[in-house]
Amino acid sequence: MSTERKNSPVMLDVKDITVAYGAITAVKGLTLSVREGEIVTLIGSNGAGKSTTLRTISGLLHPKNGSIEFKGEVISGKPGHEIVKLGICQSPEGRRIFPRMTVDENLDLGAFLRKDTAGIKESREQVLDLFPRLRERITQRAGTMSGGEQQMLAVARAMMGQPKLLILDEPSMGLAPVLVDLIFETIQKIREQGTTILLVEQNALAALRIADYAYVLESGHLKLEGNAKQLSTDPAIAKAYLGG
Amino acid sequence: MAKGAKLRKEKQSVAVSGESLAQQSSSQNRRWTRGFIIAVVLIYVINKFYIPVAPMQVKVAFNTWLSLTSMGEIMVFILMALGLNIVVGYAGLLDLGYVAFWALGGYVAGWLMSGFFDQVTFKFGGNPAKGLPHGIHLNVFLVLIAGGIFTAIWGVIIGAPTLRLKSDYLALVTLGFGEIIPQFMVNGENIGGFNMTNGSKGINPVDNIKIFGFEFGPFALADKFLLYAALAGMMIFLSLRLRDGRLGRAWLAIREDELAASMMGVPLMRTKLASYAVGATAGGVGGVAFATLIGGVYAERFNFQISIIILSMVVLGGMGNVWGVMLGATLLAWINNTGLVQIGKIFNAATGMNVDFPSFNFLIFGVLLVLMMLFRREGFIPEARVRLIMHEDEFADVSNVTDQIKLEGHHHHESH
Repeated sequence: MSTERKNSPVMLDVKDITVAYGAITAVKGLTLSVREGEIVTLIGSNGAGKSTTLRTISGLLHPKNGSIEFKGEVISGKPGHEIVKLGICQSPEGRRIFPRMTVDENLDLGAFLRKDTAGIKESREQVLDLFPRLRERITQRAGTMSGGEQQMLAVARAMMGQPKLLILDEPSMGLAPVLVDLIFETIQKIREQGTTILLVEQNALAALRIADYAYVLESGHLKLEGNAKQLSTDPAIAKAYLGG
Repeated sequence: MAKGAKLRKEKQSVAVSGESLAQQSSSQNRRWTRGFIIAVVLIYVINKFYIPVAPMQVKVAFNTWLSLTSMGEIMVFILMALGLNIVVGYAGLLDLGYVAFWALGGYVAGWLMSGFFDQVTFKFGGNPAKGLPHGIHLNVFLVLIAGGIFTAIWGVIIGAPTLRLKSDYLALVTLGFGEIIPQFMVNGENIGGFNMTNGSKGINPVDNIKIFGFEFGPFALADKFLLYAALAGMMIFLSLRLRDGRLGRAWLAIREDELAASMMGVPLMRTKLASYAVGATAGGVGGVAFATLIGGVYAERFNFQISIIILSMVVLGGMGNVWGVMLGATLLAWINNTGLVQIGKIFNAATGMNVDFPSFNFLIFGVLLVLMMLFRREGFIPEARVRLIMHEDEFADVSNVTDQIKLEGHHHHESH
């Protein structure tokens, strides 16, 4: 398997982590890394351990074994809000926007840990340029928006934290194909603007199309890793994950 | 076609109400603040200057239906209901043992402004009753502050281990706490030979309030009322300010979605503890105020029902909405201390029966709550967000329509 990869410094380094919910081990000895400027995707079917891995990275779960480093600093064991402060922001699975707050208030909470008023304003303009539809909906209650708009908001809200690493958990879930394309285009745009991205997807085909590097998880283990373009043409992958 | 147009209009009105939400709430705040101040001043002026010279009938009517003691009690309950509202309404944590903080505050007043600890004699700005020179007698403001700090510390002690629990378990633990503290007070007569709470006899008298050399005797009810109204007013102000601040936003985020809030960097434990501490402080200050109102501390008054009544005030008024909670507290406190007794008297006189109305207070609160849940789940004055979620189904159609329109690629629906 090819390991040809961007030659930039490693940003996120997950080293041999094992994560368990009580007696049930969800992730076993997983090692993966994200380099600066990359889009890395983590694919796998339901229950493969993708969400568990993300929750561990963002500090909601703590690994039983192994460690996670972000820019050389060990972050496993730190509480969630400190990890956000370091620059890892997440758009969670199922969007989880604040339904009773307006779009604007949601964005505001995305910048909860920031104190630079001018900078927050600037970020707000940036994300609203990325998602012009949100600008139209700025005073609307987030819960009254369509699924696609809510997904845009979830990504925009995470961007308000000025992440160095943006984690997107299943951004295409439940969306119409037109909207999936729109979201994935925007993800590429976000990377071009200088944010590194870790993308978790069940929609493996779409994810491999925009990613640089990919990890394939299967029941808590790392099954495969490699260049995303090559993986997308790999017949074994196609058969197992791409419905080919 | 007609249906589509109607939905579109509905959607627009949602957007419009969002736009002016901030302005709406600030003008609402101004109106209600003015109303609160006018009501307080009116009650004070009428009672202080008119009632003493009023005709007998008027005097009796006021004393029966709007007595100053009941008005003072209403103010204390507004203070405490707003405190619980921070925990339940803002942060979304169910607390079923709020009475514990009220009790702790009450005993702080009992300890620090009475002749109870007659082993010592300490006076600092206090006002010992004649013939009772011993004990600790601090100035009422100091005691209010001490009561607030003491209960805040207890709020953190109780909160730190329990706030990790999910809401149902949190409710159970707080329920237990609300039972334990009053039980401790009832049985605290002999703690290794030390009489800490005077058991079920309670601590009395608590000193009369004395502010700047001006004594509020047991009959200076109008002046006392003004003090309690000032405390309630401070809590209203604090509630409104906290809500709009950073902490308030963090509370609302936790109430909406804890996991999402933590992903935004909201420190969950610290933020929840803060709500608990602020709520507890209000309960403690309320406890001190209540002790000075009735001139004593009695363990049996701190029962589970009080927790439920205060919670009902919050729910009935409109969780999260300061003015709704104020209204709920006013109504329930009045029904509880005046309404039931007086209406019962009228009913019994008219029918010749002998029904003990006050003993039915929980039946009546229960019916009120059930009716509210049936017809106005969001409370008297709902918080805008709560209103939205309570009528979610009415909005669901709207978002489907939007999806539909978007999928068809038509974007002109906004132009209507």
